[in-house]
Amino acid sequence: MIVVVFGVFLLTILVVTAVAIVRTENLFVAVMLMSIFSLLMAANFFILDAADVALTEAAIGAGITTVIFLGALALTARREEAVSSGRMVPLAVVTVLAMVMIWATFDKPRLGDPDAPVHQHVAPWYLEKTPELIGIPNVVTAVLGTFRGYDTLGEVFVVFAACIGVLFVLSAGGLRDRSKEADAESIGLKHHLIPKVVGRLLVPFIVLFGLYVQFHGEYGPGGGFQAGAIIATGIILYALLEGETNALRALPRRVLLGMVVGGALLYTLVGVAGMLLGGNFLDYSVLASDPVVGQQVGIILIEAGVGITVCGSLLSIFHAFAAREAS
Amino acid sequence: MELLGYFNYWVFAVVLVIGFYAVIAKGNLIKKLLGLAIFQSAVFLMYITMDKIEGGTAPIIQDGADGQLYSNPLPQVLILTAIVVGVSMTAMGLALVVRIKEAYGTIEESVILEEDHRS
Repeated sequence: MIVVVFGVFLLTILVVTAVAIVRTENLFVAVMLMSIFSLLMAANFFILDAADVALTEAAIGAGITTVIFLGALALTARREEAVSSGRMVPLAVVTVLAMVMIWATFDKPRLGDPDAPVHQHVAPWYLEKTPELIGIPNVVTAVLGTFRGYDTLGEVFVVFAACIGVLFVLSAGGLRDRSKEADAESIGLKHHLIPKVVGRLLVPFIVLFGLYVQFHGEYGPGGGFQAGAIIATGIILYALLEGETNALRALPRRVLLGMVVGGALLYTLVGVAGMLLGGNFLDYSVLASDPVVGQQVGIILIEAGVGITVCGSLLSIFHAFAAREAS
Repeated sequence: MELLGYFNYWVFAVVLVIGFYAVIAKGNLIKKLLGLAIFQSAVFLMYITMDKIEGGTAPIIQDGADGQLYSNPLPQVLILTAIVVGVSMTAMGLALVVRIKEAYGTIEESVILEEDHRS
């Protein structure tokens, strides 16, 4: 009961935040509210038993997305210009749409209904067979890594393609002049003592937690997607504190690109290795003499590939925005 | 109490149209992308709402907890990867917005359209 009330409370704030994001004309405020929106969403996911998704939303939605939006704001505009006319038609359209959708929800099974069709079909099979076939406790990781390995490979290549796309779009012309590196903004937060001291203490622990999430993904909430984002967050914090140049000295661009390519390649090669050993593409059970151990080896390897690609992509995207001269 | 079971879906509908409103009614390109992010978050909420089962817990199998109900892992896997793809697409959109700003000097849709008509 208390959980239901708390859920209603969180969802109400969620709606209020969404309205505030759309209404405010200050884009900086809108982006900050978007971060809060994501955090509230993550809390909701957690209440709804989706621990893995909550971790992903908190790391990526509230963390990385905000940083990328802020990077884009620095290059474009801080304020939205007020539009005075033409509001009534869209408002009418969305009101009707909302009414229709709310009317349609009465056909859906209510929250937590054990007889809902979604719980009847294949889901019990995965819950029942995962300990036997894969031997790891986290069913989400098992489905992600092996039962649905093809799709996850596809998602990794979507991240890869998006990263290459951003680099293409942003690297043509307008790059900041590297000889003027010593100007005030490129030395990070050197003149702010407290954020610098506290932030420096946090960076190693964020990266350590990222590695924990990576390697504990089979037993608890976590995995490559979350870990890649958390480690990227730690390194972005380092870049904000010490300046972009120092962060690029620690992790140069070609290392990041190598991570993007290498992670996707590692995932694909694990699939090919399965073929060479006589199984199907992405069939991990042939990787070791015991099929269950083979599945576990495969999951650890492909999760590492996912983590490396996601971390490399997000950092490359961050640096692509940060390196651009404001026009 | 029976009606409260639909509350998540109502919030899904309302948040979805709030995002949609920002996409169609706002002229600022960054605001449109924020709207798109809200829109997709609403879809995530609908999927995750469906995975919940009464008395269930997160789908991480515990030893010695026989008869424990677990929530449905499948919508969670779908949404987990969707979030990551979402941030990649947002970054791609923002990169295009940055280039539009450099080419037109503005990110307001009405001004961009005006300039296009003039040339």
